[in-house]
Amino acid sequence: MSTPLTIADVERIATLAHLELTPEEKQVFTKQLADILSYAEQLQAIDTTGVAATAHVNAHEAERDDRLRPCLPVADALRNAPDGAPDAGLFRVPRVIG
Amino acid sequence: MSAHLKGIRAIAGDIAEGRISAVDVCRDALDRIERLNPALNAFNLISGDRALERAASIDRLRASGTPLGPLAGVPIAVKDNLCVRGMRTTASSRILDTFVPPYDATTITKLEEAGAVIVGKTNCDEFAMGSSNENSAYGPARNPWAHDRTPGGSSGGSAAAVAAGCVPLALGSDTGGSIRQPASFCGVTGLKPTYGRVSRYGLLAFASSLDQIGPITRNVGDAALALSILSGSDPMDSTAAREAVPDFMAALDGNARGVRVGVPRAFVSEGVDASVLSAFDASLEVLRGTGATLVDIDLPHAKYAIPVYYLVCTAEASSNLARYDGVKYGYRSPEASRGLKAMYEKSRDEGFGPEVKRRIMLGTYVLSAGYYDAFYLKAQQVRTLLKQDYERAFESVDLVVMPTSPTPPFKLGEKTDDPLQMYLADIFTVSVNLVGLPGISVPCGFVDTPRVGGTDRLPIGLQLVGRMFDEATVLRVADAFERDTEWSRQTPAL
Repeated sequence: MSTPLTIADVERIATLAHLELTPEEKQVFTKQLADILSYAEQLQAIDTTGVAATAHVNAHEAERDDRLRPCLPVADALRNAPDGAPDAGLFRVPRVIG
Repeated sequence: MSAHLKGIRAIAGDIAEGRISAVDVCRDALDRIERLNPALNAFNLISGDRALERAASIDRLRASGTPLGPLAGVPIAVKDNLCVRGMRTTASSRILDTFVPPYDATTITKLEEAGAVIVGKTNCDEFAMGSSNENSAYGPARNPWAHDRTPGGSSGGSAAAVAAGCVPLALGSDTGGSIRQPASFCGVTGLKPTYGRVSRYGLLAFASSLDQIGPITRNVGDAALALSILSGSDPMDSTAAREAVPDFMAALDGNARGVRVGVPRAFVSEGVDASVLSAFDASLEVLRGTGATLVDIDLPHAKYAIPVYYLVCTAEASSNLARYDGVKYGYRSPEASRGLKAMYEKSRDEGFGPEVKRRIMLGTYVLSAGYYDAFYLKAQQVRTLLKQDYERAFESVDLVVMPTSPTPPFKLGEKTDDPLQMYLADIFTVSVNLVGLPGISVPCGFVDTPRVGGTDRLPIGLQLVGRMFDEATVLRVADAFERDTEWSRQTPAL
């Protein structure tokens, strides 16, 4: 908790977050995130024994009927793709295997 | 009254009665935007041709005797994190620089069905993350009252566009104050509806348990009208509530008799600029004059709202923004040629700005193994305590009143080097999102501030917060306050 945040921590989080940070970004974020987390530590002083967590404040979920309905046409869905393959109806990505 | 100072209802009335054509109104709005936007940078995109076509179709409808919608021909602006089909939507992020949505947000469908004419997409902080509009890939919008100051954020462009008289209605989104704070900074009215009141379908998600879309307008009556149109359940958003939508306009009876207004004095006294405190105290007297009863209340956990908010919203953001990966839409780094992992990591590093990356990092950290309980779970528990604070307060009062922001609009660049200082400016707005309550900011004063060669007149906002789904009382008291003051009728010299 009170262990100071290190560059190694920032690198580990960046990997989890799929971000390749520059060396400068790693330096700056290490300091800034440490500041913010140390500010957030004030919450530890509050007694929350037996207090339920609030993840959302929805009164109730309003689920719709599970019925087939028109959806976005494939060609429209592919129009914004950086490397779409509309003829095949696919998003293209760099080779993953072999 | 000159055309650009008219509200929604006055403009719609003029068009419906044939005093002016929708095309002329649209041209006026576009001319004003073209003239003012180079200095204000309030718009990321101006949709002139599409707007003029829509306006012409409104005029044709009227000529043919077809009944017109309540917003027929009214020019509106839309925050650039709301999808409009066929209109570039960027969230002020490089990662979406070329994104053209294939569908409309529900709020857009509703406003266009009511006859509104979209004249452009407004500047904002990237993915709505910020309190000053400075986290925009397209540079900050500027405050119409003082161009070297922030219009607030994240819906800074929307508030600036309304304050500058470009449009009488702009949509914003509010995750931690992003409608109310810029409304306060620009001297206009900004309403964050109850969580679930308005469908979020088509809003580029930042923090899904907090985000809510709402109107920024020149007056409270217009906000009530806009909310009536925007509200309602939606098969495309399971969090859009099935709660009945009352006639919000009918609630505006011009007084606040019988309304008990809670003043959280201890919470409001610390770290607040003297000019804000003095406007706040004067506003309490005005509220008393409208018939409201003031009651001292305590919100003991409100002072923890900032850390709770920044742990919850960043956790949700880190999850929501995982979708921007260079595959389905948006920016892909040329380094993708190095392989899939490089495509993800470089596209995101090059595409996102610093504040978005900071929040993704923080959110990823607080959700990661070993830190989840200490940070994220703890924040959610304190969120419960905060909710209980408000529930207890609402046993003895109908509204809570606070300043919207602890300071008048600050200077561009003043807080950009210290993210924590920037976060602290959200102290009075974030708790309202954490609990899901409706809140409004209305102009409640000005402070004269010297600058080189003159004086700047900076707006101050008053925030009224109501019970879940009780926007009617929020709007009723805000409207009574507006009728008894002149602050909403002030306009910047442009």
